[in-house]
Amino acid sequence: MKSSVKKSRRSFRHQLAQLVGFLMLRISVYSVLFMILYFFYDLGSKGLGAISWEFLTQAPRRGMTEGGILPAIVGTFLVTLITALFAVPLGMAAAIYLNEYARAGRLTRLIRLSIRNLAGVPSIVYGLFGVILFVNLLKFGTSILSAGLTLGLLTLPWTITASEEALKSVPDSYREGALALGATKWQMIRTNVLPYSIPGMLTGAVLGLARAAGETAPIMFTGAAFYLPFLPRSLKDQFMALPYHLYIMATQHHAIDKARFLAYGTALVLIVFVVLFNLGAILMRARLRRKWRH
Amino acid sequence: MENSHIVIPEGKPKIQVENLSLYYGPKLVLNKVSLIIPENKVTAIIGPSGCGKSSFVRVLNRMNDLIPEARIEGRVTMDGENIYDRDVDLVALRKKVGLVFQKPNPFPKSIFDNIAYGLRIGNHRSRAELEKIVEKSLRQAALWGEVKDRLHQNALKLSGGQQQRLCIARALAVEPEIILFDEPCSAIDPIATAKVEELIHQLKQDYTVVIVTHNMQQAARVSDYTAFLWLGELVEYDRTDKIFTNPANKMTEDYITGRFG
Repeated sequence: MKSSVKKSRRSFRHQLAQLVGFLMLRISVYSVLFMILYFFYDLGSKGLGAISWEFLTQAPRRGMTEGGILPAIVGTFLVTLITALFAVPLGMAAAIYLNEYARAGRLTRLIRLSIRNLAGVPSIVYGLFGVILFVNLLKFGTSILSAGLTLGLLTLPWTITASEEALKSVPDSYREGALALGATKWQMIRTNVLPYSIPGMLTGAVLGLARAAGETAPIMFTGAAFYLPFLPRSLKDQFMALPYHLYIMATQHHAIDKARFLAYGTALVLIVFVVLFNLGAILMRARLRRKWRH
Repeated sequence: MENSHIVIPEGKPKIQVENLSLYYGPKLVLNKVSLIIPENKVTAIIGPSGCGKSSFVRVLNRMNDLIPEARIEGRVTMDGENIYDRDVDLVALRKKVGLVFQKPNPFPKSIFDNIAYGLRIGNHRSRAELEKIVEKSLRQAALWGEVKDRLHQNALKLSGGQQQRLCIARALAVEPEIILFDEPCSAIDPIATAKVEELIHQLKQDYTVVIVTHNMQQAARVSDYTAFLWLGELVEYDRTDKIFTNPANKMTEDYITGRFG
C-alpha cells in the first residue's frame, strides 16, 4: 500500500497546535522586550532632563536638591575597581584549582555546593558580614576598601562559576594532547587551557562586576556615605555611590518631590554605567575570540 | 589464560610487559598481560570493542595516570627501566613515548605552533632550530608539501586526514623512540587512511610503533606482530602473517574471520 503525502485532517490539527504554540512563545518574548523597552523609556524620559554637564561634574548642593552626582560616580567607579582587583584574580585561581587540580570527591563537591549556595545569600547578609570582617575585625573602617572587598565577596561565586564553566568548555583532548607531548600539568594549563578560557572567564567576571556596581545593601554599612560633597582622597575614606545615592534620593530625602527629578537622573547614569560595562565585556570577548581563533 | 599462544619475537626487545593487570576502580580491564614488543617493528593490538586495547597503549606512556581510580599491577620495562618505578620522570617518559590519538586533536593554534608545541615547553631553542625541526617533522609525516605555504594558518582549518598527519608530525617533533597509535584512522576517510598507513610503514625504520586498531585489514597491512586481546586477556601474540593465515587459537581465528566482534 502506498502512503499519501497529502495533508490529512490530523495534520491540520497538528498545524493548528503548532501555530498556537508559536504564538504563545512569541508573546512571551515580546512581553519581555516590551517591559525592557518601557523601563528604558520611562527612565530616559524622566531622567534625561536632569543630565547636564553640571550634573555629571558637580557635587550635590542645598541638601541634595541641586547640583550633581560627581562624588557618587567617582565612588562607584573606585569601589568597583577594588572589587575587580580582589574578586577577578581570586575567582579565576579558585576555578583553576577546582577544575584542574581538585580531585572529584566529597570535599570538592561540598566546596562547589557552598559556592552555589553563596550565590543565593541575600546581599544585606554580605553587608553585615563585611562590617564584621573588614570594618571591625581587619580595622579597614567604613571605607572604599571595606565596601569594595564586601562586593568582591558577593561577586566571587559568580566569577568562580563563570570561570569554571569557561575552563570546562576547553576540550579534554587539548589537555591530553599537551600532556602526551611531555608538558607538565601547569605548562599544559598555562599554554593550552587558559588561553582558550580567558575570554569566557573575563566575560563572567565583568557581568558579576556590573551587578556588584549596582548593589546598595552591601555598601550601606561598609563605607557608603549619605552625603559627602567632596571626592575621596584615599581608600580608607568613605564615599558616595550611585545606587546608595539613588536609594536616598528616592526614599530617604526630606523633600522627595523636589529631588525626584535628580533621582531619575542618577538612575539613568547608573544604568548607563552598567550597560557600558556589559558592552565592554561583549566587545572584549569578541576581540579575544578573534585573536585566538585566527 | 588457558591455551593462549604467546611467542617471543625476534629482534631486540624495546618494551617488556610482565603480568600487567589494570583496574579502573573494582573493574579489571587488563588481566595479567605479558608480551615483548620488538624494536623498530610495528606491533598491532586488535580485539573487539572494550577488550582493553586503548587502555593497554595508555599504560605504555602512563596516560592512565590521569584517571584517579586507575590502578596497575605488574611491570612495564622500556630499555630495561620499569616505567612504573617511583623515580620515573613522567615528562621524560612521555617525550620518549609519543601518542597519536583516535580523534585528530590539533590545538587551535597555527600549524607551525602545533608542531613546535612540544619543543617550546621543553628547552628553549632558537627560531631557526624550531623552523628546521618543524619542516623535518612535517616532511616525515608527508604533510610538508600540502602546508608549506601556510604554516601560520590555523591548524583547525585542515581536513581530518591532514589534521591526523599534523598530530603525527607533532608527536615526531619531540623525537620520541616509541610511537603509540590509538586507532589513528577511525575518524578519517579511506584515502587519508592509506596515507597514514604508508607513513606508519616508513616510521618503523626509526621508531618502535604500537598501533591499536579495530580494522583487521589494517593490522594485516601495517604490522609485523599482532596481539589479540579479548576481555582484557592476551589470547594470542605472534607474527602478523602467522596470526592471519594460521592462528593457533580458535578464538583468534573466529575473530579475524569476522565470526564475532
